[in-house]
Amino acid sequence: MRNQATQSAVTDADLFLTLTVAGQACGVPVLVVRDVLGPQVITRIPLAPPEVAGSLNLRGRIVTAVDLRRRLGLPPRPADIQPMSIVVEMAGELYSMLADAVGEVVPLRQEDSAANPPTLDAVWREVSRGVHRRDGQLLIVLDVERVLAIGGGR
Amino acid sequence: MDDLLADFLTETHEGLVALDVALLRLERSPGDKPTLSEIFRLVHTIKGTCGFLGLSRLERVAHAAENILGLYRDGVLTVTPAGVSLVLRALDRIKEIVGALETGGTEPAGDDAPLIAELDAAASGDSGTLPASSDAAEIEAQFDVAAKDATPAIEQPAAPIEIAAPKPAPSPKAAPAAEATPEEHSGGRAPPQSIRVSVDVLEDLMMLVSELVLTRNQLMQLSRARSDGAYSVPLQRLSHITSDLQDGVMKTRMQPIGNAWAKMPRLVRDLSIELGKKIDLEMRGADTELDRQVLELIKDPLTHMVRNSGDHGLEGPEDRRRAGKSETGRIMLNAYHEGGHILIEISDDGRGLNTDRIRQKVVSQGLASEAEIAGMSEAEIHRFIFRAGFSTAAAVTAVSGRGVGMDVVKTNVERIGGTIDVSSVEGRGTGFIIKIPLTLAIVSALIVEVAGERFAIPQIGVLELVRVGGGSGSRVERIKDAPVLRLRDRLLPLVSLGRVLGLDEGAAPELGENGDTGFVVVTQVGANVFGIIVDRLFDTEEIVVKPVAPILRHIGMFSGNTILGDGSVIMILDPNGIARVTGVVADGAGARAAEGKAASAVRSNEKTSLLLFRAGDETPKAVPLGLIARLDDIPVEQIENSGGTPVVQYRGQLMPLLSMGGFAPAESGRTRQTVLVFSEGERSLGIMVDAILDVVDEALSVQAGQGRPGFLGSAVVAGKVTDVIDTAWWLGQGGGDWFRPAASASVSRRLLVVEDSAFFRELVVPALAAEGYEVVAVEGPVQALRLRERGEAFDAIVSDIEMPEMDGYAFARDVRGGGTWQELPMIALTGRVDPAAVARGRAAGFTDYVGKYDREALLASLAECLAVPVAA
Repeated sequence: MRNQATQSAVTDADLFLTLTVAGQACGVPVLVVRDVLGPQVITRIPLAPPEVAGSLNLRGRIVTAVDLRRRLGLPPRPADIQPMSIVVEMAGELYSMLADAVGEVVPLRQEDSAANPPTLDAVWREVSRGVHRRDGQLLIVLDVERVLAIGGGR
Repeated sequence: MDDLLADFLTETHEGLVALDVALLRLERSPGDKPTLSEIFRLVHTIKGTCGFLGLSRLERVAHAAENILGLYRDGVLTVTPAGVSLVLRALDRIKEIVGALETGGTEPAGDDAPLIAELDAAASGDSGTLPASSDAAEIEAQFDVAAKDATPAIEQPAAPIEIAAPKPAPSPKAAPAAEATPEEHSGGRAPPQSIRVSVDVLEDLMMLVSELVLTRNQLMQLSRARSDGAYSVPLQRLSHITSDLQDGVMKTRMQPIGNAWAKMPRLVRDLSIELGKKIDLEMRGADTELDRQVLELIKDPLTHMVRNSGDHGLEGPEDRRRAGKSETGRIMLNAYHEGGHILIEISDDGRGLNTDRIRQKVVSQGLASEAEIAGMSEAEIHRFIFRAGFSTAAAVTAVSGRGVGMDVVKTNVERIGGTIDVSSVEGRGTGFIIKIPLTLAIVSALIVEVAGERFAIPQIGVLELVRVGGGSGSRVERIKDAPVLRLRDRLLPLVSLGRVLGLDEGAAPELGENGDTGFVVVTQVGANVFGIIVDRLFDTEEIVVKPVAPILRHIGMFSGNTILGDGSVIMILDPNGIARVTGVVADGAGARAAEGKAASAVRSNEKTSLLLFRAGDETPKAVPLGLIARLDDIPVEQIENSGGTPVVQYRGQLMPLLSMGGFAPAESGRTRQTVLVFSEGERSLGIMVDAILDVVDEALSVQAGQGRPGFLGSAVVAGKVTDVIDTAWWLGQGGGDWFRPAASASVSRRLLVVEDSAFFRELVVPALAAEGYEVVAVEGPVQALRLRERGEAFDAIVSDIEMPEMDGYAFARDVRGGGTWQELPMIALTGRVDPAAVARGRAAGFTDYVGKYDREALLASLAECLAVPVAA
């Protein structure tokens, strides 16, 4: 993916889906996103790591939902915000990342990316692949694999 | 990878498996013409396709192998084991190259010249130099061809020539003949009625069907709500078709276990040559079908175990002869269905497990202490081979002979919801039994609810469902904090599902006398039974089991998850995991429930479940939980007086109540009286106590008492000095007839009781004495045999099995070996009454086998044993 980003033309690898978690804009590569779903019925899983919100049914496949707020050490989602599910596939398993809102698909050039600022919170630094400035706002590109490296899979 | 290559690989794989089998068949009957033709054809096909695809390396090796095979087929060359080995090596090379092709897409680099030269040499040089009969004799010697086959085997080398002769081209030029041969010999076989479908397609179909089922269920629900007649008929049809479709797709996943065994004959053959052992492999039930997912997962463990059996289990021919066994060792694979499970047995008639060595190893590796292991049965000790770490010690391989990687096997088997057990008799062989679910895909499950969440419990293992609380009669009681259920006069340990899953925080609803109603799912894990408390029960449903996501696999409580008919996701509980986490069942060696009956596996130096209570004075008192039938809480006003003894009416009978501290219930000012109830057939007796303190598991070491009646002595339990009560004495107080049967033994019989545990001696002796027997009790076989030397005479011997110095088996063998006691009835008294132990006991010379707490069985057994000489 990174190799392709060095090309000047905009390829799929340069496209990112933007999402918001507690006011912070984030991006995930479009290529890893399988589905974006509205609020879902989520079954709680006892004894699961706190980041795991539960599991849900996506057309007959079971998807494990990870709450990005809890994953990133942010305060719980206010009751009036219904989380959106961004479904990604990793190692043959489906995961859903719960975000407060989903934005749009935008092109982000790798070469426009800035390194993680040293002051970035440790939790964020762990999952960030780089920071982009967009519309006067900082957008953190999430490394999906690291976001999902929790619990028994860590 | 292009499609052509992919097809070639699939085809070649099948061909190679068939070749392995056919070559081994050829080796056994070297002149078997159809087999030869089949082999030739298979290799020829591989060679032909390679050439077409430009796989030069493969082609050259296959060609060289084909040359030899052609000569074999035409009878120019005689089949020899060395020749077959060479061809097998060529096949291995082909497999190697094919494997690399699969991963890399191109042929790997490598030099096959030496192998090809060897093949060519065998093809050209050796033909006809050896007399045919000597080859056959060699084969016969090496592979132990049965006598009746031997004669044709010697004559056979000539036969192919005769058959080959009428052919248009009897020369070694094989290629043209190859076209004709398959038709000639496959005439009897119908073309296979099957096609190849990729696993992905099947998995997709499976998923679509699951989805269809869900949609069907939703539709049915909608239709019920609307009661619209027009839709109901087609919906019914849709429903039926969906079910049939589901069944059909399920069936496509089933495969005969023989597929996983296909490589075994070759493996065993190679092993036998490599190790210089003669090994027969017997496979039964190869057509037993199981889910392909399960099949994949057990393939490797099975291979490993067969290798283990051949490598370590079986002895060499020399040792076998010396042991009086036939030179050829036997490995048996047996698969069969049993109640929703597949059972796979892997057994050998080799040397068996060396219990002493395992014992030493266990102690030296610190897996158990000397004291712990002294209290274990052989079977328990054998199970240590499944322990992680036990196998990693290289020395074990050479020393104990087994246990190589068995922990890995166990883990793999358990991962698919199976169990594995071992049984072994030294010198006679070892057997493993693997029990696995028929399919991982679909199981019948009970849907339960706790704290508003639903869970599925697989029906396998659920024994019964009990409603508790409310007006249902049964209720959950607490012994200190541990919930228990009295179920048909036995105490069942309970696990609160809500608590186990951490869903109970805050207000925990107590399922007590006045608490809410709930349900107990009585579950069996191994030999242990426990109850799971849930709030509600729903229906049972056939569920499609899906593995949980990797990030959740560390939670031991779930065996998978699934989607219910209503589309919601639900977790599937793993009773094994629950039992393990909550400790209602100890894992591995020393497995023993904290539950009454199973807790009878008691020895003085082994842990016992003890009920601690307070009665009379402040010193805690202890009694083995297993002896108590029930705990009761009786309103004081129900306690009446009969002849100076407090009694209570219970199930239409009067139950005498004893007081330990000599107090009268009315005086103590309480309104309810806690009673420990002991039951014996129709009779019951209650001991009134002040309070139940706790249930603990402790190794009981009783210090001799100061002769206080009713107490065996004191022991340190839970860090406190505790009086251990003499149940037999108390029961004796409960009424003259407590230990007196309807017809008491008229003639006084003399019994010898051999029991190392003072506790059990004290328990058994009075019981037998009360029965009218004259009882002599000794601490161990050594003391017992001393009595024999002194010329003491007895009518029967009752002996414990697990004792230090000399165990019950050795004692029985000694007694049976000669002397004045040779003919005496011997009854084994043990905590473990399992068929293997009983068989072993009988083999050692015991007349009967009785569980330790089972007084009635002991008396019945004695009566029976002693009746024999009278009748005779």
